[in-house]
Amino acid sequence: MIENEIKKAMEPFHFYTRLHLSELTGLKASNLPELLGLIKDAPDSAIYHHTHRFLLQHQYLSPEPPNDFAYWVTSALGDDRLGEKLASIDTMKYLTIRDLREKIIVTIESYLKAYPSSAKRFASENEVFYLIKCVSFIMPTAYIANDLREFVEILNKITIDSIYFHMFEARLRLERKSNDFSLWIESSIGDKDLADKILKLDPYTFTLEDLRKTLIQMVTKKIGKNYGQA
Amino acid sequence: MARLEEYKPIVGQGVLDDLRALAERLKGKTIQHINSTAVGGGVAEILTRMVPLFQELNVNTRWDVIKGGDKFFEVTKKFHNALHGRAEEINEADFAAFMETSIENMNEMQYFGDIVYIHDPQPIALIQKKTDNKWIWRCHVDVSNPDRTVWEFLYSFIARYDAAVFSSPEFSPKIPIRQFLISPSIDPLSDKNKELSEDVINMVLEKYHIKKDKPIITQISRFDRLKDPVGVIEAYQEVKKYIDCQLILAGGGATDDPEGIKVYEETKEKAGNDKDVHILLMPQNDTEINALQRASTVIIQKSLKEGFGLTVAEALWKGKPVVASAVGGIPLQIKHKYSGLLCHSVEGATFALKQLLNSSAYAKKLGENGREHIKNNFLITRHLKDYMLLFLSLYHKEDVIYL
Repeated sequence: MIENEIKKAMEPFHFYTRLHLSELTGLKASNLPELLGLIKDAPDSAIYHHTHRFLLQHQYLSPEPPNDFAYWVTSALGDDRLGEKLASIDTMKYLTIRDLREKIIVTIESYLKAYPSSAKRFASENEVFYLIKCVSFIMPTAYIANDLREFVEILNKITIDSIYFHMFEARLRLERKSNDFSLWIESSIGDKDLADKILKLDPYTFTLEDLRKTLIQMVTKKIGKNYGQA
Repeated sequence: MARLEEYKPIVGQGVLDDLRALAERLKGKTIQHINSTAVGGGVAEILTRMVPLFQELNVNTRWDVIKGGDKFFEVTKKFHNALHGRAEEINEADFAAFMETSIENMNEMQYFGDIVYIHDPQPIALIQKKTDNKWIWRCHVDVSNPDRTVWEFLYSFIARYDAAVFSSPEFSPKIPIRQFLISPSIDPLSDKNKELSEDVINMVLEKYHIKKDKPIITQISRFDRLKDPVGVIEAYQEVKKYIDCQLILAGGGATDDPEGIKVYEETKEKAGNDKDVHILLMPQNDTEINALQRASTVIIQKSLKEGFGLTVAEALWKGKPVVASAVGGIPLQIKHKYSGLLCHSVEGATFALKQLLNSSAYAKKLGENGREHIKNNFLITRHLKDYMLLFLSLYHKEDVIYL
């Protein structure tokens, strides 16, 4: 029986979920220097909100626009060149929000230096940028996987908020350096190959439903290969 | 009233699991909503649907309504207009009348809530009864450009709350308390939004003598200048030069509003004798509104100002392509060219309508994206979740909270 051949995890994987609430700050920007000032002074939770909100709120968009700064600079200031630079920041390269914030600041500062007239573009009254913070609530779900078969079954039915938490929030906001799935698969299942494959995914270029499907395919393929499943 | 399980086919088991888990964490807390009316208006409508769902989730929730005479509500209507930025004559006697009724309510109302949730300005002064419990002020009004006198008067109360809630970032003021962004929602199981059979849709069209032989452009809203029905007709007339189509302008609630009747007459006059323009002054009938939206080819919402503009969410939920002004909460519901088309003028609306009527595949895609966006962000289940997170946030100061 396949069940007998599936390797039991040393430690079970507890699926958590993350729900968020948007906290307003009353702060806003109408041009690039004002936006830069906001980004410099904003709490990490605001940088996180504006670089990750699209993933959850616009699940049908893939993969652009990846962050609010890029979207606003392009659509409200009409600055496509800077918009492209901000959109192409590789979030996967950064292990903390501080590092990501620094990269955004450097990108805007260098651009302002190279193109000083860009500071004079203003957004219209109804396209002002509003700074918002993200308050995250993390809680356990009832789902626990003891092996990869259970893991893939749960991936099929868990909310995308849970997948989001383990793939994005755990790595960057909680500074775990890797995503939770790779950490567990390597340390508790002992499958470094699969762990590395998941780690190599750039989740920012998927919609969340596509990310779910990709993860399921990768794990299913692995179970099939190791345990004789088609 | 719908039961929680009935939402499962729409939002999935996981969402209901999350709601139950959050409700569990509010065990022992009583939430007391207070507003100014039990029926009529958006606040009463949403509380009517949310309170039973909270009770089903075992979140101890009660809903109380303040009392007030004509004078009090005249003054609060003036406050409402002034908060929207309209010039209003408000004198000391008005503020005194507001306070007199507020003090009566303050003394009559019984306060049960661990969390007292005050909706809109009418009951705002009850904050003076705050003890060691938590108080939230929920502002459903567009306060992006308020009259300063009224705002400063209200500010003295707002500053004493634990938190405030606004519907759009645009409305977010600088205040010394925490403020949260919570959008309103639609209920997919209500008469206004539930699935309808073709028979019902056809019956409603027949009742209003509307044939399905030409594409239908529809705006659902009361006859109010801020909804710009005359601008909608101007856009339609421009479109009509190139595409043979018809227009429905349908809304109610104007009979007791002198300005509404005037706007209705102006709209009729603008339409002239065009048999393809259907101006329907209707009594409140959610099923008929639902049917008219579902029968439409394109929905337009050409408002000049909006609190939130939930008619956009209603249309998108029905998979309809939408052209709407970029005002109030509408840009939260439509990302231009992804889930609808935004416009800023009659000319912009005209161009967008022509695009959607001529490119059915594009229109279909926008409608599909729009429905998905509403499903993820603007259904009542998201609203329940946000309210519970808001209640829990009152007991935590940090940005990452482990429950």
